[in-house]
Amino acid sequence: MNQAAAIPAHAHRDDFGAKLGMWLFLITEMLLFSGLFLAYAYMRARYPAEFHHAGGEMNAVLGVTNTLVLLTSSLSMGLAILAIQRGERSRALLGLAVTVLLGLVFLGNKAFEWTAEIRHGNYPGSPHLATLPPGEQVFFGLYYTMTGLHGLHVLVGITMLTVMAVLVARGRINQDRNVMLENGGLYWHLVDVVWIFLLPLFYLAA
Amino acid sequence: MSEPTIELSPLSHADPAASGHAGPEYRTFIAVWGVLVALTALLVLVSRSGQNAAVWGLLLITPVKAALVFYFFMHLRYEGLLLKTVIGVALVTLIIFFALLFSDIAFR
Repeated sequence: MNQAAAIPAHAHRDDFGAKLGMWLFLITEMLLFSGLFLAYAYMRARYPAEFHHAGGEMNAVLGVTNTLVLLTSSLSMGLAILAIQRGERSRALLGLAVTVLLGLVFLGNKAFEWTAEIRHGNYPGSPHLATLPPGEQVFFGLYYTMTGLHGLHVLVGITMLTVMAVLVARGRINQDRNVMLENGGLYWHLVDVVWIFLLPLFYLAA
Repeated sequence: MSEPTIELSPLSHADPAASGHAGPEYRTFIAVWGVLVALTALLVLVSRSGQNAAVWGLLLITPVKAALVFYFFMHLRYEGLLLKTVIGVALVTLIIFFALLFSDIAFR
């Protein structure tokens, strides 16, 4: 009985197909963010002085800190996948815990940063923003859209990796079957790549 | 006696040839992380010396950082030609989009 059930499961397994499917999804994500990057490039070329001025109001220290946080979380994610592929379950769980924790630190910093910006009156539709030149309004519009969409991806990633940590703890993701965790890692790394581009666009432009 | 051997090889999904010898190592990932942090520091330094330098830093250093994440962390180094081609086509398409946009801005 047990063997009969196990054989078809093995026969229908396609790890490469799973990975290719994940990559196709990630390509749609790359196109989604690239549309916004194109909008940024066009608007920056049109309003260089305004972008320079508005970029000066960004908190560069927070931006760089969050970059280091995400880069380190990518490392712990990668190490967690290596660990599970070597059958080192507790190391994999440690890696996932660090990744999720750093993701939460990132969102915490982001919340702190947005709160400060909103206190300064720099939010879409605010009376203060309406007095600024159009280029600066566009800068803050793009800032909230792009970092907001990215933050949403971080939130999704944290949720997904938490679920996967439970599956690792229960042995559902293990040394033999771990393509799900590998795909989760691909998603997390792509979110990191998007932030790598967002840092210079918004925080180092000035 | 030969049957179990034949049965076993398609079932071993770990692909020992790839992951045992040519696969990533802990120290490789840590070294890549170190390079990424160093490049971030370089980007911050370059960006401090003016707007033009910031743009060049963005155009030159950032893609290198993204490529390192793709190549090592996302395991592209260890993937086959099909996956590399699929991703390559997507990236080339994006580069064409950006080239068209920049040429439109430059010759407007």
